[in-house]
Amino acid sequence: MATLLEVRNLKTSFLSAAGTVRAVDGVSWDVEAGETVALVGESGCGKSVSALSIMRLVAEPAGRIEGGEILYKGRDLLKLSEEEMRAVRGRDIAMIFQEPMTSLNPVLSIGRQLTEGLEIHMKMNPAQARARAIELLAMVGIPDPERRLAQYPHHFSGGMRQRMMIAMALACNPSLILADEPTTALDVTIQAQILELMRDLARRLGVAMLIITHNLGVVARYADRVNVMYAGRIIERARAGELYANPRHPYTLGLLRSVPRLDEPRRARLDPIEGQPPDLTRLPPGCSFAPRCTYRVERCTESAPPLAALGAEHCSACWEAQRLVRERAA
Amino acid sequence: MALYILKRLLAMVPTLLGVAVLIFLLLRVIPGDVVEARYLTQGSQFQSQELMDLERKKLGLDQPLWKQFGSWMSGLGRLDFGLSMWTASPITEEIKLRFALSLQVAIMASTIATLLAIPLGILAAVKQDSWVDYAVRVFSIAGLATPSFWLGTLMILAMLIIFKWVPPMVFTPLWVNPWDNLAQLIWPALAVGYRYCAVGTRMMRSTMLEVLREDYIRTARAKGLWLKLILTRHALKNAILPVLTVISMEFAFLLGGLVVTEQVFNLNGLGMLFVEAISHRDYTLTQALVMLVATFFLIVNFVVDIAYAWLDPRIRYR
Ligand SMILES: Nc1ncnc2c1ncn2[C@@H]1O[C@H](COP(=O)(O)OP(=O)(O)OP(=O)(O)O)[C@@H](O)[C@H]1O
Ligand SMILES: [Mg+2]
Repeated sequence: MATLLEVRNLKTSFLSAAGTVRAVDGVSWDVEAGETVALVGESGCGKSVSALSIMRLVAEPAGRIEGGEILYKGRDLLKLSEEEMRAVRGRDIAMIFQEPMTSLNPVLSIGRQLTEGLEIHMKMNPAQARARAIELLAMVGIPDPERRLAQYPHHFSGGMRQRMMIAMALACNPSLILADEPTTALDVTIQAQILELMRDLARRLGVAMLIITHNLGVVARYADRVNVMYAGRIIERARAGELYANPRHPYTLGLLRSVPRLDEPRRARLDPIEGQPPDLTRLPPGCSFAPRCTYRVERCTESAPPLAALGAEHCSACWEAQRLVRERAA
Repeated sequence: MALYILKRLLAMVPTLLGVAVLIFLLLRVIPGDVVEARYLTQGSQFQSQELMDLERKKLGLDQPLWKQFGSWMSGLGRLDFGLSMWTASPITEEIKLRFALSLQVAIMASTIATLLAIPLGILAAVKQDSWVDYAVRVFSIAGLATPSFWLGTLMILAMLIIFKWVPPMVFTPLWVNPWDNLAQLIWPALAVGYRYCAVGTRMMRSTMLEVLREDYIRTARAKGLWLKLILTRHALKNAILPVLTVISMEFAFLLGGLVVTEQVFNLNGLGMLFVEAISHRDYTLTQALVMLVATFFLIVNFVVDIAYAWLDPRIRYR
């Protein structure tokens, strides 16, 4: 399969009163056409900033993409003019946001919000756009779409709004959708429905997807590959099944122990990871997970481990990855 | 919708009644009445008590308060304001031209202020912390700090000294000679419009900044919309509501509250009439003016509410 999006050594930081926040600190990952990739990590590790950097929507002037490349179909998005980038947004790459309650404009009708992208990117006339909007709402499982077009976001429940966001993202047949915690704000029962819907539509339409989540349970069922992020860096990457079976980083292991798994019988208790994520303005010189790590050795506090390949399609950034594997096997 | 409007209009009645009672009593609590005012200004403190009582009797001031109030109310019910106690001419005639003048100044000032404030506020918000923003902020802070009458005086002086010309000093209604009318009223409208515009600009800038930080603006940008469309379609409709309130209240205030500016420009507007009426203890005229301004406030308020409901679909008519 062809590589659709390739992020190389991306660095995004924010200037704040406390200093420079290195929210994304040299990450590289890629998405192939039609594939679903997950970006997993605790709150504040830089997942949203990664996605916003792709869209070049990082809040300015505090936030700045400081370096790296974002190659979309071989074209570096960071080198595009603002107008060229605008044409990419919503057309080639679409985004779904976490907060369905605030991400839709309260004073514009559902129809208006669905059709405007179509009119701009696809040059549709109002009648064509309307027909397409009805089709989209039906596609995401909103009953009675024709009547719904005239309604406003406050008439919709959280789940419905997220369906609407999905419809909006799919409107112009993008080849990649960045979904930033699309279900975190929803009820558990609705979360599964929305994720199923996204997976089915992505498969049917051949859209690649980046799913951002802090829930490894989601990853197992819906992603092909997983990137685990910690304090602005990728610390482990593998195919979803492989990551579950053989985590090669203590942080991933900790994450797996801290979430209930849908594919396992209920365990007696969950172990949250001890300690807090580091302050991104003052990262320690060594591995940023070292202070919380039970596998820590002296070397960990001295130099940061690189993301090294440990086999086909599996890499981990841990000096003690081999020991971790041995101890788990024993 | 029609029912809602009717309900709102009916709800104005108790408010107006309250205002009526209040102003009626308040006027009678301040010492002195129209008879004293007249004879005292004429310098004859030695007027006989009988003569003054006779005058009071003619004006109905000897009646018990509830009777006076009753006859005023029954007049209002027929939209008849009665006669001015000071000049003895019909109040409607007294107010007519002055109302036209004040209303026109208020409308002109609001139009100028709104047309400037909205784009300036948006511009400053979009270019936050750039030199454009600083320029707009200086412009609006200066506007807040400059009293309208002082600005008016400066304008008149400038025209006099530089152009050897002063605006007409006698009011010509718009329908008589639009040119003379505008040549006179544009200056006071500009003088009060500046401060008004400053208030509106600051409000527009701050609400716009707030709205631009909202999640739905980020969604709109992620959809690849043009900045212009994001501002006009997505941001403005949300940001304009509080600005609308400020602008309309300011508008209602302009109608009766321009005493000093009217003096500077020698305008016979409602503000001056108010001051005269009170100093003459002209009960009937003061009451009529208060009721007029109060009704105007309520109507403006009502129009704003309708506009809110129209702009924001979350607001329901109840
Ligand atoms: N506009 C901003 N200004 C300053 N710092 C920011 C800004 N946006 C994000 N950050 C910082 O960047 C870091 C990464 O934030 P990000 O939103 O990417 O986290 P996240 O992984 O998406 O977390 P969550 O799961 O809570 O959404 C955080 O430490 C945050 O404080
Ligand atoms: Mg986030």
